[in-house]
Amino acid sequence: MPQSAEKVLDHAKLFHEPEYQELFKRKRETFECPASAEAVEAQREHTKTWAYREKNLAREAVSINPAKACQPLGAVFAAAGFEKTMSFVHGSQGCVAYYRSHLSRHFKEPASAVSSSMTEDAAVFGGLNNMIDGLANTYSLYEPKMIAVSTTCMAEVIGDDLKSFIGNAKNKGSVPQDYDVPHAHTPAFVGSHVDGYDNMMKGILEHFWEGKERQAGTAINIIPGFDGFCVGNNRELKRILDQMGVSYTLVQDASDQFDTPSDGHFRMYSGGTTLADTAAALNAKATVSLQSYCTRKTLDYIADKGQETAGFHYPLGVAATDELLLKISELAGVDIPDSLTLERGRLVDAMADSQAYLHGKKYAIFGDPDFVYAMARFVMETGGEPTHCLATNGNKAWEEEMTQLLASSPFGKDGKVWAGKDLWALRSLMLTEPVDFVIGSSYGKYLERDTGTPLIRLTFPIFDRHHHHRFPVMGYQGGLRLLTTILDKVFDKLDRDSEIPAKTDISFDLTR
Amino acid sequence: MSLDYENDGAFNEKVIEEVLSAYPDKFAKRRKKHLSVAKGAEEGATGAEGEEGQLLSECDVKSNIKSIPGVMTIRGCAYAGSKGVVWGPVKDMVHISHGPVGCGQYSWSQRRNYYIGSTGIDSFVTMQVTSDFQERDIVFGGDKKLAKVIDELEEMFPLSHGISIQSECPIGLIGDDIEAVSKKKGKEIGKTIVPVRCEGFRGVSQSLGHHIANDTIRDWVLDKKETTFEAGPYDVNVIGDYNIGGDAWASRMLLEEMGLRVVGNWSGDATLAEIERSPKAKLNLIHCYRSMNYICRHMEEKYGIHWMEYNFFGPSQIAHSLRKIAKHFGPEIEEKAEAVIAKYQPLVDGVIAKYRPRLEGKSVMLYVGGLRPRHVITAYEDLGMQIAGTGYEFAHNDDYQRTGHYVRKGTLIYDDVTGYELEKFIERVRPDLVGSGIKEKYPVQKMGIPFRQMHSWDYSGPYHGYDGFAIFARDMDLAINNPVWGLFDAPWKKKEQAPALQAAE
Repeated sequence: MPQSAEKVLDHAKLFHEPEYQELFKRKRETFECPASAEAVEAQREHTKTWAYREKNLAREAVSINPAKACQPLGAVFAAAGFEKTMSFVHGSQGCVAYYRSHLSRHFKEPASAVSSSMTEDAAVFGGLNNMIDGLANTYSLYEPKMIAVSTTCMAEVIGDDLKSFIGNAKNKGSVPQDYDVPHAHTPAFVGSHVDGYDNMMKGILEHFWEGKERQAGTAINIIPGFDGFCVGNNRELKRILDQMGVSYTLVQDASDQFDTPSDGHFRMYSGGTTLADTAAALNAKATVSLQSYCTRKTLDYIADKGQETAGFHYPLGVAATDELLLKISELAGVDIPDSLTLERGRLVDAMADSQAYLHGKKYAIFGDPDFVYAMARFVMETGGEPTHCLATNGNKAWEEEMTQLLASSPFGKDGKVWAGKDLWALRSLMLTEPVDFVIGSSYGKYLERDTGTPLIRLTFPIFDRHHHHRFPVMGYQGGLRLLTTILDKVFDKLDRDSEIPAKTDISFDLTR
Repeated sequence: MSLDYENDGAFNEKVIEEVLSAYPDKFAKRRKKHLSVAKGAEEGATGAEGEEGQLLSECDVKSNIKSIPGVMTIRGCAYAGSKGVVWGPVKDMVHISHGPVGCGQYSWSQRRNYYIGSTGIDSFVTMQVTSDFQERDIVFGGDKKLAKVIDELEEMFPLSHGISIQSECPIGLIGDDIEAVSKKKGKEIGKTIVPVRCEGFRGVSQSLGHHIANDTIRDWVLDKKETTFEAGPYDVNVIGDYNIGGDAWASRMLLEEMGLRVVGNWSGDATLAEIERSPKAKLNLIHCYRSMNYICRHMEEKYGIHWMEYNFFGPSQIAHSLRKIAKHFGPEIEEKAEAVIAKYQPLVDGVIAKYRPRLEGKSVMLYVGGLRPRHVITAYEDLGMQIAGTGYEFAHNDDYQRTGHYVRKGTLIYDDVTGYELEKFIERVRPDLVGSGIKEKYPVQKMGIPFRQMHSWDYSGPYHGYDGFAIFARDMDLAINNPVWGLFDAPWKKKEQAPALQAAE
């Protein structure tokens, strides 16, 4: 009997015990009618071939292990970055349970959002009553300062009109007439979560800015974009901007919402851009988006309002941070302080110390378009080669920008860009053209298992490691974190490859 | 090993009133029907015999009714009930999340339905396969795309034994004919293809998805193929065990040891073949009554297979269930069942000796789905713990009737609880442990109350069977007796000294 009270074995060990191994064997041989062991081995080998890769890349209809989510997730994340704001997603309720779970599993934090709980009758008659009742209940129970409305695909398919529904609900007294209920249509069958972020940001700005006259000022707006590392990154950004003495507003800041303390009280709302600041952001001199692919419509809208705009691709590493700081310094008319020059020098110093271990390393990188761009750029800064760059939600424009980026460095000359492809395609790419490391989210762990390539977790969602998102990867300080995270994997791999006594441990070096 | 206790019903009644006062009147009235306090029932009831015993209490609440908009229901949808619960764990089939990308993405690998197999080669459980609908699919319909998806899956996964099509919301709204596609493509590729109409807007919760999924097994799997399987006298199907964290394996161990043959497990670690041959079994053993009673009733009607509910949480219910199951098969199996119970008694004694002193008297509030809001109660009581409140996400009336066999007088009962209600209940009752889901975990822990996820076993498990009970006890102990709960107050703000704690050996 494998189990005992003295040493309790859970699934991680229990099922390795002979009693269970025999049970699995009996089940398989007697009852499962599996494919033959030979057929399984043959197919396993087949999936490693170029022939399989070609078929895999030629798929047009089925998506297998995509690295993207749907629009409303981005909208819910965006709304979480505003003061005392409750997300209200109009449509089926199961979706909202999914968004909340998804965010909680990454942040290890509460994620609050409500649904208008539409069912079959609403599919036939429309969801107006759900909106009227729903807003009233949310307003009474959760006392938000703002309710941000987005949609599930059900509401989009039947064509519910949010603007008129919200107007109707206000007329029925669900919430006061002057109460803030911005909205965004976020169809799941268009784009991905980065577009949902974009639509909700635009919806919120429109809500506060429409009909207002812009009094051009000197402040700078920063829009972070959909960022699973917002907790660490936004705080780091604020530290940098404070050092520079810039007058700024972080428009959409979920860093406190997804990092509340444990002190005996559950805070449903914490931090976020205040509604007053959001309204006043109209008067800024300029808006800087840190993730262009998360803010395409929003930046256009802001430019239409007369502001200067600048877009970045999730600036990581030395040169990208340089560019961000230079841009902000130019827009705000401030100098970059020596303290940041010092931080920059320290990051470069660290990279120089470690360059031998990074030079020539090959990487597969996957994630959202801005992230993949940023990582490829940073990897090249360390002398690494971004071999496979993949964004399931990358479009033609992204493909072109990526191609240009890779062409800009000798380290990018063998790199390829894969827009719209999924992680099952990446599996084929990595099996036919192997790399040293794969950088992405927790979904990459299946690639690690199937190809033996170590996974470096650096982007949302990270479900199976804790707290990484609490540390910044942006700025020069963030660059150190990025560098160390990659290096740890490099050194661990070296050690794992040289730890068999009397065989491979000749290289098991104490100092590296 | 039953405990005798009562909860403070009058206090709980007051808490319910207080919670309802926050709602607009119309909805306070509606929610009131879903909240109650268990009334005392039959004298001398002990709860040790599960559903067969006398009623300990009556849990009189309305259930299986539409959630109120805007209140933060914890429920999911029909898709979650079909893809996430019933079909998803069938390992040698590819399950297509048919529609936009999100549903499949958020449910990808989250239910911990363990299985043995080569993922992407002969097994497909922890994969996200979707038709990834775009605007043109909504406008022009998705049937052609679906046919192409199936062709491409055949190229990618030739060793799969079948395909299920899990409909997301748009499918039913745009009038696609997935049944026609299934029939046509099924003939073409010579494999079972099961179209499931589990669009998320159908019904009021996950529950209808379970029912629809059960019906598709009846209509698209059973009696569709000749099975050459040789039936035996002690063949059983285990129904409604999804092998979360390996639950079904810990259960199978006991059933095999008592001389039974588990010819099919539905649907954790299952293959299509196990489901196809199920009508040849002698008895259906059902663990999660809520999600799979439908197919048991069908098999009883059509094939005359008797079905029996059982409970493999905690030693009291395990022993009771083993004896009940054995009785169905006669003295030979009964004798073996006694031997099994005796074999594991030292383990049970060891676990209780170690953990009961650390958990005695601790109170628990539960809010889960399926069978757990009642089935795990005795396991807690075996450890000396007491249930202060329980409720279901998607129960029907028959679940609450069964709950009366488990909960004591005065227990707080909440159906389709809202985020607001649950938070207030927990705040007022201040239990020593809460068992619920990922959405509830972090709010509760921030309140300083230990928590275990009781859907996923909080990444632990198995919890079924004797092997599982040891893990269950360890996990409840490590949740409650962790030093972190004593660190919440900053010393310069500290009001009272936290109790000193010791780690379990």
